[in-house]
Amino acid sequence: MKLELRGITKRFGAMTANDNVNLVAEPGQIHCLLGENGAGKSTLMNVLYGLYQADGGEILLDDKIVKFAGPGDAMAAGIGMVHQHFMLIPVFTVAENVILGHEPTKFGGLLDLDAARKQVREISDRFGFEVDPDAIVGDLPVGVQQRVEIIKALMGDAQVLVFDEPTAVLTPQETDELMAIMKQLREAGKAIIFITHKLREVKEVADKITVIRLGKIVGEASPKSTANELASMMVGRAVDLDVEKGAPKLGSPTFKISGLSAWNHAGTQVLDDINLEIREGEILVIAGVQGNGQTELTEAIIGMHGRTAGSIELDGQQLIGKNVKQVLDLGVGFVPEDRTEDGLVAEFTIAENLMLDRSDRKPFAKGLSLQLAYLKKFAQEKLQQFDIRAQGIESKASQLSGGNQQKVVLARELSRELRLLVASQPTRGLDVGSIEFVHEQIVATRDSGIPVLIVATELDEATQLGDRIAVMYKGKVVGVVPATTSRSVLGQMMAGISA
Amino acid sequence: MKQSLRTPISLAVISLIGLWLLVASTGATTMIKTATDTDIFALPDIAINTTVSSAIAFALMVLVAAASFYFARKLNKKTPLWLILIYGFGLIYGILVWLFAGATMPISALLSGALALAVPLVFGSLAGVLSERVGIVNIAIDSQLLAGAFISALAATLSHNLYVGLIGAIIGGAIVSWVLATFAIKYVVDQIIVGVVLNVLIVGITNFFYSTLFADNVSLFNQPPRFDRILIPLLGQIPVIGPVLFNQTLIVYLMYLAVAGVWVALFKTRWGLRVRAVGEYPKAADTVGIKVFRTRYISVMIGGALAGLGGAFFTLGQVGAFGKEMTNGAGYIALAALIFGRWNPIYAAFAGLLFGFAQNLQYGLAIIGSPVPSEFLLMLPYALTAIAVAGLVGKVTGPAAAGKPYIKS
Repeated sequence: MKLELRGITKRFGAMTANDNVNLVAEPGQIHCLLGENGAGKSTLMNVLYGLYQADGGEILLDDKIVKFAGPGDAMAAGIGMVHQHFMLIPVFTVAENVILGHEPTKFGGLLDLDAARKQVREISDRFGFEVDPDAIVGDLPVGVQQRVEIIKALMGDAQVLVFDEPTAVLTPQETDELMAIMKQLREAGKAIIFITHKLREVKEVADKITVIRLGKIVGEASPKSTANELASMMVGRAVDLDVEKGAPKLGSPTFKISGLSAWNHAGTQVLDDINLEIREGEILVIAGVQGNGQTELTEAIIGMHGRTAGSIELDGQQLIGKNVKQVLDLGVGFVPEDRTEDGLVAEFTIAENLMLDRSDRKPFAKGLSLQLAYLKKFAQEKLQQFDIRAQGIESKASQLSGGNQQKVVLARELSRELRLLVASQPTRGLDVGSIEFVHEQIVATRDSGIPVLIVATELDEATQLGDRIAVMYKGKVVGVVPATTSRSVLGQMMAGISA
Repeated sequence: MKQSLRTPISLAVISLIGLWLLVASTGATTMIKTATDTDIFALPDIAINTTVSSAIAFALMVLVAAASFYFARKLNKKTPLWLILIYGFGLIYGILVWLFAGATMPISALLSGALALAVPLVFGSLAGVLSERVGIVNIAIDSQLLAGAFISALAATLSHNLYVGLIGAIIGGAIVSWVLATFAIKYVVDQIIVGVVLNVLIVGITNFFYSTLFADNVSLFNQPPRFDRILIPLLGQIPVIGPVLFNQTLIVYLMYLAVAGVWVALFKTRWGLRVRAVGEYPKAADTVGIKVFRTRYISVMIGGALAGLGGAFFTLGQVGAFGKEMTNGAGYIALAALIFGRWNPIYAAFAGLLFGFAQNLQYGLAIIGSPVPSEFLLMLPYALTAIAVAGLVGKVTGPAAAGKPYIKS
């Protein structure tokens, strides 16, 4: 079945998220929709799937105009969607999840779970998914959950499949398996739309590439284009994706973690005997699939994690047992993974956010009163220095783009006397320009002779930014390797197999 | 991963009650009276020595606690529910025989009184199940019961017809739950706050009408007929439980149907799967074309209608008139039964029965002049709920999206 989007326009208030977008997906083709975060890819797909109503334009299936009032209509018309955040109910079985919305029933409206199991097995066998229809979804590994999501999308004989950023949560091996599945679906004659911002994946599977920027289609690209060419189209200017960084000038190992373990509030062990060492002027990247203990590790370092055992030493001082304030005062800079939740107070101004950590002391405070004149001068300076694009220092943090929010966090953390920088997924969800800026700042911090610990979930970032890479799996460090280690070895380590 | 030792340890600790029963028993004899006039064949009364019964109870409890340790450590499994039920049976048996030492325990009377107290609790907990399973926290069960009680009395008196009273109760409960649903879904108000406000509001409204209307015109507005008991042949003649369960009013029989019906609807039908999906992850339900808001309204309102029936039991099944604040907090106990029953209609119904039993026990003990303070027994259901929520009966987690409004972007 051929899908055509013609002149789709979608506005949210004054913002135009999609501006006259045209797109054609042919059966037996993988069509990549490439664009930065916030370029309007997901909005477009939500329009296609009936979750949003377009302000203009039309959707055509096999050259006939269709209207979708909701996702139910889109599914009935043969469109299946693999969502970025899985739309699965963790406490339901695979079969229950897959049939939701179009459940087979027996007499009297009773659920026919046998029929459901059969349907799951059929699709699972046809594509070699090896999914057990009676497994509880919440117990399955992420990669398998995604296959459940794909089975769900294929139910009702979907002919057009949309994959929305499907690799964000996968290990490199799982990503390879997904690529294979997508190729298989292409052979089966499905029209596939693959939404992503990862160039490597695009180059591997795409038959056709359409690039979207700021809500507009900027053109088509050949799958043979280089990564830098694609990135330049995506961003709208020449881009160099490589991180500029010289050889490290290593000092002494001033930051040491030994025998660190931690437990969550339910008593489950989340960190298991972590031993790491970072030297002055070195970047150590913690790589691994999300949820393998990285968050807990950074929390343990800055004193936010409740139940820990072992030792974390900075400049010979023990950090365990100290509270967050004491740790920060020892010169630890911290960029949390969720900047809107943990990094900023959304309803505070830029200026207020910039002094959050030091609002109780000189030069920001004197006695009981804040030194507003000094704060103003300080904030103006940082706005300039970190190229924060905002109307002024009185703008609320919530009004900034993701990139500018992250710059505010960095400006605050880097303006202290640092002895260690800890940054968790510092470029998550940022546009390419901001990513470049954040990388530059991190490298500059390292070059000033400070140990840096970065948590990265994308391998490209890990290998480019890091001097060494520690891979975490299920709360353990699988191994610490040089940044030049091959992707396949790192991928193995991310699945728990030590090098 | 190793199994937590929480359950075995809790069981072991509670077994100390059994030990105390044994130590504190005087060796007096308790008579258990089982026979009633309608039985097909009469069972003889049983005499039990309290020391023997305490020993049996304590032994049962220790055995189950030991088995629980065995399951956790050797088999690495959760303690099965039937073991915990045996444990509970031992505990209750031990306590009961001990409490009635030197007196006669009228088993049928105790049980039928318990059932009468439990009916509103069970209907109320069903309302809670239907509401929370779809993602709306229902603190307002008490107001739905009270509205049902009030309107059923009024409607039945005005029409001289019990069935009109029942229909009035259903509509009354449903309207109150519709207000809860509208504020929670459409106006995205905090569900706990709406619930509390409703509870206070309905008390206020019914008190107002009671004082201004009912008090001076009892025969005009507040003198409804009452349902007669219907004895079901054969079933009603089974010794002990027959007269308790099957010589009851229509509302009680409706309750049996409602418990079974809600269970089948929630776990065996398309509608129930959708209800549970909406209560767990509304966005996932939305993306497969399920109408989240409509599902929520319908489920909450069916729950409210059932609570209304529970309210009608006060007026049309028991008292024969509406009284000020006559639910006496039953809605809150229903809430506890719902949690104790893990959001499952059948478990919640049994929890309701247990709570009703504990309430009734204090009356029974007052009659024989037991030395145990009745307030202590009244406290038991809540202590049990607290223990249950703390995780004795396994991990207790409600529907993931309960209390969280769904906002369509």
